[in-house]
Amino acid sequence: MRSLLGCALAVLFVGSFVATDARAQSQWPTPPATPTPSEQISGPLTGGTADHTKFEILKQTFATGSDVTQACLSCHTETGRHFMRNIHWTWEYTNPATGQQLGKKHLVNNFCTNARGNEGMCAQCHAGYGWKDEGFDFSDETKIDCLVCHDRTGTYYKTPNSPGSPACSVMFEGKPAMDLSHIAQSVGLPERANCGTCHFNGGGGDNVKHGDLSSALKNPPRTLDVHMGVDGLNFACTACHITNKHLWAGSRYQIEAKDQDGTGLPGQRRDVATCESCHGLAPHQVDSIASFKRNDHASSLACQTCHIPEYARGGVATMTHWDWRTAGKTRNGEGYHEHGYTQGNGEHRYTYKSIKGDFVYAENLVPLYRWFDGQMTYTTIDTKFDVNRQPIAINDFTGHREDGHSRIWPFKAMYTWMPADVGNGTLVYTHLWGEDDSSYWGNYDMGKAIAFGMKKAGLPYSGQYGFVETVSYWPITHMVAPKEDALSCESCHAVGGRLDGLKGLYLPGRDHHPWLDLIGVIAVLGTLAGILGHALIRIVSSFRGQHS
Amino acid sequence: MTIRRVKIFSLFERFWHWSQMALIMVLLFSGFGLHGFHHLIRFETAVTLHTLSALLLLLLWAFGTFWLFTTRSWRHFIPTLSGMWQVFHFYSFGIFKGEHHPYRKAYWRKHNPLQALAYLMLKIVLFPLIWITGLIYLFYFLWRDLPQASDWLTGFAYVHTGAAYAILVFVLVHVYMLTTGHSFKEHLMPMVNGFDDVDLTPEEEAYLLKDEPENIR
Repeated sequence: MRSLLGCALAVLFVGSFVATDARAQSQWPTPPATPTPSEQISGPLTGGTADHTKFEILKQTFATGSDVTQACLSCHTETGRHFMRNIHWTWEYTNPATGQQLGKKHLVNNFCTNARGNEGMCAQCHAGYGWKDEGFDFSDETKIDCLVCHDRTGTYYKTPNSPGSPACSVMFEGKPAMDLSHIAQSVGLPERANCGTCHFNGGGGDNVKHGDLSSALKNPPRTLDVHMGVDGLNFACTACHITNKHLWAGSRYQIEAKDQDGTGLPGQRRDVATCESCHGLAPHQVDSIASFKRNDHASSLACQTCHIPEYARGGVATMTHWDWRTAGKTRNGEGYHEHGYTQGNGEHRYTYKSIKGDFVYAENLVPLYRWFDGQMTYTTIDTKFDVNRQPIAINDFTGHREDGHSRIWPFKAMYTWMPADVGNGTLVYTHLWGEDDSSYWGNYDMGKAIAFGMKKAGLPYSGQYGFVETVSYWPITHMVAPKEDALSCESCHAVGGRLDGLKGLYLPGRDHHPWLDLIGVIAVLGTLAGILGHALIRIVSSFRGQHS
Repeated sequence: MTIRRVKIFSLFERFWHWSQMALIMVLLFSGFGLHGFHHLIRFETAVTLHTLSALLLLLLWAFGTFWLFTTRSWRHFIPTLSGMWQVFHFYSFGIFKGEHHPYRKAYWRKHNPLQALAYLMLKIVLFPLIWITGLIYLFYFLWRDLPQASDWLTGFAYVHTGAAYAILVFVLVHVYMLTTGHSFKEHLMPMVNGFDDVDLTPEEEAYLLKDEPENIR
């Protein structure tokens, strides 16, 4: 009997070791995909059914990008119609919940402020050709730019659609000529660098805007991004941002803060780019109490909160503060810029530019954590605000523990002093780019640039401009670290931890009732004192007893 | 009436006592770690230890409660005032004058009245407070979507913490009490080998000698 029990125990003991070991080998750390794929993984579309070098129509000399597009459309007959519905083309999005008119066509941001009226420059990132003013024809599919996304040679580039001030246009001179025929024959599924052409450079430079989207993601190690890592899974952006008729899943304007549907049935979910759409609603393998608790945490915490310990990693800094008040300083009548920050990869960043003002850069940043229900409310050009209540939130958000669809999300906060109509209490469209003498970039007269920009858009302007402090919030969702680098419990379950001050939850390790602790500690110390006193009297009285 | 050495703590009772002691030590240590009073172990380790030892303790208590009722041992814990004043007076005054403890263990009363009352309160007030709130806490994932769940959790957590302080106080006093007899060891040994001095009636003595000779020395 006894030996039987011993055998059973031994089997249990050894068995648990074997199980742990096997698990350790298969799960930790995240294994690199083998063999290392040479191509980036583009989701279900990976593969391809055509060799573009064999198409006769592509074996010609193309004069313009639009000519290439017409060749593309001669085979991809429906793509133009599909493409013209997506936001890369429309730059427009109406939020169904708030009714707000959003998109680059309308919004004011707190970086370069507004694309509206500055399309000659800003629409370099429009997936089309020639948008420089109100005259652009959004129904002309031959003006779609296929190559910016599908170029696989890395030689394709675009320049501003209008010349702008001579002081600026000099930046775009002297670029090498493109071989459009070669580019057209080399097309393929978009890689990270294609999307990155615009999305890594939002706000006017590498990682300036988002903080979690930088050129470091072109060829990242898996430690920077476990999905995109070239020594790991090597995902292209479209592996998660899956497409359906040239419409992409995953949008900053329509965020699913708490995905309750998970993976769905095979092939079903093409509407979201959430972590849950691949990893499911219980993403941690339940092999311990801790992993059970982690799955439990997914109800309150976005995956990103623990799995993106810091943003602006990988050696490329992001901008955290911008001050337009100091813009416009010149030396000998000319604009200038100053280096002031050397980032992790050794590159220098400007901390002052005459055309933009002062900047602050930072790297490896701990995000801001807030309850977030996925709904952003924007301060648009039509929104009136109280100029005395600064900072003005360019985009504000709601969310609470109790509403059932919020989770705690990480954010980058961007603070900017920027021009506004302080008379009317509105944001302004500033005329930055143009060949005329009112454009700020070249003439450095803010009042004139605002008056021009507002008049051009047909909007009321009090004539009284000033600078207001603004803040914008950027949900952090890229640069997912390998799991061994995820946050540990103590990051939040501690006094002064990352969730310090966040309301709507009881957080053991952080939250204490001061009176309860005081009374408890007094009771314990009081008991010890009582014991000591009692013992002391016993000792003393026992001595007396011996003497008497 | 004769004082004999009688086995008053059965093997199960001693196993219960010592494993309960060990589990409560682990719970206090890991629990106050979770509370942020020390950082000697990682939070994740503390959660794991705390949860596992709590579940083990609940299992032990399930067996213990079963044992108490099937062996009729629960009768040792019925509160009584008889002899309470003498015991209280002893700890307050007599002990300093070198008096002997006024209580003599009886075969069906192995605890003095103060002890019995203290253990009863522990069993029916403090322990339930901590294990009920603990279970509610542990199963938060089942009721987290009820309205104001987070506020309720805060309340349960405070009761749980408060009960933990009270149990720590009990442990301190309980251990100190071991020193109040002839020697620490003499108080400790009954819980190790099971035998202690018990005041037996002639009938009890005769019964034990005849029917349970292994339980009397």
